Amino acid sequence: MRDYLTFLFRVWRLSFQGSWKFYAWMTVLTIVSLVGLNAWARQFVDGLQVTGMTNQVSWGAYIANFTFLVGVAAAAVMLVIPAYIYKKEHMHEVVLFGELLAIAVIVMCLLFVTVDLGHPERFHHMIPPFGIFNFPGSILSWDVIVLNGYLLLNLHIAGYLLYCRYQHRKPTKTFYIPFVFLSIAWAVSIHTVTAFLYVGLAGRSYWHHPLVPSRFLASAFVAGPALMILTFQVIRRVTNYFIGDQPIFTLRMIMTVAMIINMFLLGCELFTEFYYPTQHAAAAQYLYFGLHGHSGLVPWIWSAIALNTLGLLLLITPLSRRISWLNLACVTCFVGIWTEKGMGLIIPGFVPSPLGQIVEYLPTWNEALVCFGIWSFGLLMFSWMLHVAIPIMNGSLRAKPDLSTVAQ
Amino acid sequence: MSNDSQNEVSPKTIEQVYRPMGRRTFLKGAAASMLGVAGLMAALKPLLELERGEVSLDDLLQKHYRELKPEDLKRIMESLAAKAEKEYGARPNLRDVKPLEGVEFGYALNLTRCIGCRKCAHACLRENNQSRDDANDIEMSYIRVLELNKGAINLETSNVYYDPATVPQQDKYYMPVQCHQCRQSPCTKVCPVQATWQEKDGLVVVDDNWCIGCRYCMAACPYAARRFNYKKPTISKDAINPDQSYLSNRIRPKGVVEKCTFCLHRTREGKYPACLEVCPTGARVFGNLLDPNSEIAYILNHKRVYVLKEDVGTQPRFYYFFDK
Repeated sequence: MRDYLTFLFRVWRLSFQGSWKFYAWMTVLTIVSLVGLNAWARQFVDGLQVTGMTNQVSWGAYIANFTFLVGVAAAAVMLVIPAYIYKKEHMHEVVLFGELLAIAVIVMCLLFVTVDLGHPERFHHMIPPFGIFNFPGSILSWDVIVLNGYLLLNLHIAGYLLYCRYQHRKPTKTFYIPFVFLSIAWAVSIHTVTAFLYVGLAGRSYWHHPLVPSRFLASAFVAGPALMILTFQVIRRVTNYFIGDQPIFTLRMIMTVAMIINMFLLGCELFTEFYYPTQHAAAAQYLYFGLHGHSGLVPWIWSAIALNTLGLLLLITPLSRRISWLNLACVTCFVGIWTEKGMGLIIPGFVPSPLGQIVEYLPTWNEALVCFGIWSFGLLMFSWMLHVAIPIMNGSLRAKPDLSTVAQ
Repeated sequence: MSNDSQNEVSPKTIEQVYRPMGRRTFLKGAAASMLGVAGLMAALKPLLELERGEVSLDDLLQKHYRELKPEDLKRIMESLAAKAEKEYGARPNLRDVKPLEGVEFGYALNLTRCIGCRKCAHACLRENNQSRDDANDIEMSYIRVLELNKGAINLETSNVYYDPATVPQQDKYYMPVQCHQCRQSPCTKVCPVQATWQEKDGLVVVDDNWCIGCRYCMAACPYAARRFNYKKPTISKDAINPDQSYLSNRIRPKGVVEKCTFCLHRTREGKYPACLEVCPTGARVFGNLLDPNSEIAYILNHKRVYVLKEDVGTQPRFYYFFDK
């Protein structure tokens, strides 16, 4: 216990040790997070009228970001599977970063849901015995369970492995291997359940579609690894932790396959909607080509398709064996998937409305600031976790340091 | 970011972690913490503008409507009435009206008679104590009247914002849509906290002291029947309808969902809904589905009746029919 407190104290000390660049980076992120918090406080006082949402489009940028990020969190599994199931040694050196990313991203998800609530101070209404948890009826209650469960699983696995490394002992397999395998299934469940949030709504034909969960997973397994590849390179550059090219190219392969599946499913969707268009294709019509003179989402979805296509072309050609081109592919895929899942999936579910009204949606500035704030806070958390995890991983931070210079 | 000599995890950096904290480090840390706290306070400053009592401990500890003891509910309604008086200048007669035994409410709308005058939509706003300051406030009305081309039933071709000099237009017909009080209600199924449910008489209600404002029910409703209080309602003292009930037309706080309850504060006491009373053509028929002698039962048995979006399986208690 005492050892553990010393560990926490050292981690805390380490959090504030770093180069001026580290300080500058963390300061900028803190400031943007605070600006976001300020925008949220404004929203809490004035109500959700400060957002672009309406009675017709009752979910917007918050839920869009939430949906996208659940996928990014689930994609940590794409490091875990090669490492633990296929026993790829080179993935073991990076798998922890995937778990840390999942932690940061799940916290972002929970924040995005919280800022979307009209009465966030009543969140305990969901927690028995203070509240009533509508389980198993409401898919949202399933989502609460799977998201928090995933957060706990990753906190446990990452925390336990790091602490063992710090103490310089071999982790006891029974303490973490079962959880690792559970987390694999759990990762799939978080994104599937999140898809079911939408698929379960029979009144919204754009969402009431069995392809949605598969596409969710496929696109998540593009966006998540893309972010991971970029992160690995940052780690390689700014720290002395060694990450070889192998994990990056394993992820490249995963991204490529996932993107091919995603684009194939997109094709299936487009065929179904447009070969013989019915009333149910109205939302797709609005999204891709505009409807009755309203075309607010058309530029978004075509940019997404262009970015994803470019990303796919880069990925399937030898070009992306060069890191610089691979990075470009990661950026285009990440932005493309974000657009496709956010503006392309959530908003058209509401346009046209069930009564055929077309009310367009654009986030307001205040709404955008809240989103930036949460993204920034997520980055802040992830940067901090990497900052303390890496010295533990590479053995610099130990329970019993072997440093003769240390003055006691 | 490039390689830099002052690496974050240099042995020198790590060494400092093991050392006891020096005075200088401590002071630096304290200064940085102060700065951080100041930043946090500045960011949260808008919260100071919260009205007193807007977030109170009593509200946070309140139980779900269906778990409240009668005396607790009475106390809560007292405090809600007092709050309304303070904020809006008029004290409402706030009651809790329970469902009647042997009653299941149903509503039928005669599409042959409806002329699209929207009187029902406006009466709804007045009855339910909603804002009526600007043209946009009509969006909060529980009733939307769709203008459709004769010969078409595709809602996507409908127009809600029709504005001709006179109604009805020759080539159009009109279809008011409000909550259908479905037997298989998707909205109550999806609510994560059971803040909305079906009462014994079939009415779907919301406990607005329990709703967390996630708007999942709005996404679930195939009839776009629910409204969210994006802002705090603004009503002048004279415009307030003081005849209020806890589950229906009391003035809502911002951040909660509300909906048509077939005016349960009226109908459970033997009166008609406000939208029916104001209808100039008698297009609306309301009554007890369980009573074989009621007008609504007659309509269902003798007219060509249909329900909207039968394909989504909601089994509404709201029917449309044609007269001739």
